[in-house]
Amino acid sequence: MTQPRDTMNIVIVGHVDHGKSTLVGRLLADTGVLGDGKLEKVQATCRRQGKEFEYAFLLDALEAEQDQGITIDAARVFFRTDKRDYIIIDAPGHIEFLKNMVTGAARAEAAVLLIDAKEGVRENSRRHGYLLSMLGIRQVVVVVNKMDLVGHDRGVYDQIVTEYRAFLAEVGIEPRHFIPISARDGDHVAKGSETMAWHDGPTVLSALDGFAKQPGRADLPLRVPVQDVYKFNARGDDRRIVAGRVEAGRVKVGDKVVFSPSNKVSTVASLEVFSAATPTEKEAGASVGVTLTEQIFVERGDVMSHVDDQPLVGTRLRVNLFWLGREAMRPDKTYKIKLHTAHSECRIAKIHRVLDASDLDATADKTSVERHDVADVVLATRQPLAVDLAAEIEATGRFVIVDDYDIAGGGIVREVLPDEAHQVRLEAKIREFEWVRGDIRSQQRAERFGHPASMVMLTGEAGVGKHAIARALEAELVETSHHAYLLDGKNVFLGVDADLAFDDRGGLVRRFGEVVHLFLDAGTLVVSTTNVIGLADHRTVQALISPFKMFIVHVGGTDESAPDGADLHLSPNTAPSRAVAQIVAELHRRGRLRTH
Amino acid sequence: MAQLDDLEEQGIYIFREAYRHFKQMCMLWSIGKDSTVLLWLARKAFFGHVPFPLVHIDTSYKVPSMIAYRDRLAREWGLTMVVGQNRQALAEGMNHEKGRLVCCRALKTEALRHTLDGSWPRLRMGADGQYHEEENREAFTGVIVGARADEEGSRSKERYFSPRDHHGDWDVADQPPELWNQFKTDFAPGTHVRIHPLLDWTEINIWEYIEREQIPIIDLYFDRGSGKRYRSIGCETCTAMIDSTAKSTQEIIVELRRTNVPERAGRAQDQEDTYAMEKLRRDGYM
Repeated sequence: MTQPRDTMNIVIVGHVDHGKSTLVGRLLADTGVLGDGKLEKVQATCRRQGKEFEYAFLLDALEAEQDQGITIDAARVFFRTDKRDYIIIDAPGHIEFLKNMVTGAARAEAAVLLIDAKEGVRENSRRHGYLLSMLGIRQVVVVVNKMDLVGHDRGVYDQIVTEYRAFLAEVGIEPRHFIPISARDGDHVAKGSETMAWHDGPTVLSALDGFAKQPGRADLPLRVPVQDVYKFNARGDDRRIVAGRVEAGRVKVGDKVVFSPSNKVSTVASLEVFSAATPTEKEAGASVGVTLTEQIFVERGDVMSHVDDQPLVGTRLRVNLFWLGREAMRPDKTYKIKLHTAHSECRIAKIHRVLDASDLDATADKTSVERHDVADVVLATRQPLAVDLAAEIEATGRFVIVDDYDIAGGGIVREVLPDEAHQVRLEAKIREFEWVRGDIRSQQRAERFGHPASMVMLTGEAGVGKHAIARALEAELVETSHHAYLLDGKNVFLGVDADLAFDDRGGLVRRFGEVVHLFLDAGTLVVSTTNVIGLADHRTVQALISPFKMFIVHVGGTDESAPDGADLHLSPNTAPSRAVAQIVAELHRRGRLRTH
Repeated sequence: MAQLDDLEEQGIYIFREAYRHFKQMCMLWSIGKDSTVLLWLARKAFFGHVPFPLVHIDTSYKVPSMIAYRDRLAREWGLTMVVGQNRQALAEGMNHEKGRLVCCRALKTEALRHTLDGSWPRLRMGADGQYHEEENREAFTGVIVGARADEEGSRSKERYFSPRDHHGDWDVADQPPELWNQFKTDFAPGTHVRIHPLLDWTEINIWEYIEREQIPIIDLYFDRGSGKRYRSIGCETCTAMIDSTAKSTQEIIVELRRTNVPERAGRAQDQEDTYAMEKLRRDGYM
């Protein structure tokens, strides 16, 4: 059996008619995938029929000759060099297909940016450059095509190189090479060129062969976003396995690890695999399953790292994003952000600049991000997210935005800005690290009690009936064998806060949060209302009780006073029994009332 | 084996994403090599378990040993087997002589659509190894499929997570973008998502993986003395054997490296017209 070969996914992008098809055809022809003279034959047919040569015609011609054994289709083209196999992923140049271009390019490891020597740098040359940068493609070669149409003139070439190099530098791309070619004649594609002997750089093929296969993610700090936690309990298997992909770094059995943003600490007991020898170490790229020495509470969206090099945590992200949705992205609308395996509701908190990606001119007065725009904005997320700056660790620093049901945009995190709960989160983190634990873990407690600890917070204006609902909810939960407790803020205020000044808001909220945290640590289902602590403080309480989650029930519909993304909305003065039924149903749906 | 490792890790990642997001999830198992590799990947992703049902559409024209092989693996691996069939069309005598596309559409596409959405009865293998009509008629919202991009033209346009509308139809021209490892996991009620963990695999990758993992593939793929074997399996009536003396996975790999004949050349329905497969897929064919 021959040795399996490396495969590299590449994408060729460029403005419409800058000669992408011809270059693809030439690559195929010169690497022996196409038969001799095949490309010229198809081009001649096109000329005869008076139409511009297009990639599609080549495909048609190839399809008709499938007995040649060429693996080719509309979206991917295969060719090979002595060094490795290549897959060219289709990335349409037309702006209408930008989302297909982005989809294709996001899968590529390297890119060829194509420019027509006669037309020079065009709108899409710039847009594509910017998008490639945001998609994280660092291995780029720029090819200036159709040099035959400008008499192989070095001056024309140099001018394009200067202009495009400057633009790409602005968006953070430093091309490995610029190459003057004529795809039609094959100059500098697979072999050198006599007419452009002045070019002393590589051909397109040797430039591609020069790209590195592994960008060395294994040497970065460890990041394993948790995909899921499994306990199958089938066929005698009682392992509790934390599953996720090593996006960066290496993980070894015996490593002390921390999960962000919950700050739970444990040690890797084993790396689990099916039908293979059990490994002791796995590195970036691997989809792993780990068991931990201590049964801590871990959930999807947490990021496992080493204790000495953790991701950032925050709710305010300064990002660069591109928008592909039909509807513009507006500050008054709530979206879903998906970042590694975490997700949260989010909004635009501030628009710094909306750019026309094709010339990088800021459009200062834009108040929304329209289709094909690129923007520099601050996103506010409802849940704190563990995140890295994309410049440092790409996989945990990029995200997509979901509008309704579809991915409508994507981007990279440039900065994590402090938010109001920033300080409290740091305090909670220190507390979590130093916390003295008994022998019973929260998971064991949850298994014994039959449900995990959690908190239900009722919000709404005075007089909408929150308190009556809270009382009825506690009663119902206890009646149905849950360890529930109605923690009225006033009771904390009367005792725990007796030494605090009435106007020491920060102190009152902090102590309330700490008391809730104790109850949750004891495995209780805490029911409370915002009667004493204000609605605005719920973020602080959430930060204090993390990783336990607050389930917010807003009584009073979607008015101004509704918190960002309540989990459930009830109309004012809903009868307590009906309200309780709705809350319990939703808690059930989210798996909060039974241990799993 | 760097490339097979990459494909495997990505496949596992996709499986776990799908399982997390779709409560009503199933996997289509055609008994062929691709979906059997897919089944193996599922066991890797879930540490030996397959925590969702496997759906097989039985046209009744399958090579008989396929059914025996299916039920044997189901018992050995503890699989939840669900079988669907277009009983009415079969009762009315549907077969390939009424037109291959007509037959495929009725016995595969229609049967699949109605089995997935729960509008037709599903047979489930019980602890006794027999099939019984199933109570659960809930629609599957996430369907794992073993389609590969290199099989034929229409499949190359697929995404890893590919939405289907209320009728199970596929809008090829207007698909959502798919970035990095963020997939379409949000969907409107009544629609479902097809998930393709093997999208980037080639036919040779499949065989190399079968060889590496020693996956117990059905023996129809091997020459058992007649100098013929199946390269692609399906209904006995519409799938031709090829001339080949390959008796092992290794011999198949060697043969594939030399061949110029497309994989599905033996599948008669593909030859019916140029856009046959794209048409079938738009209607919800796997």
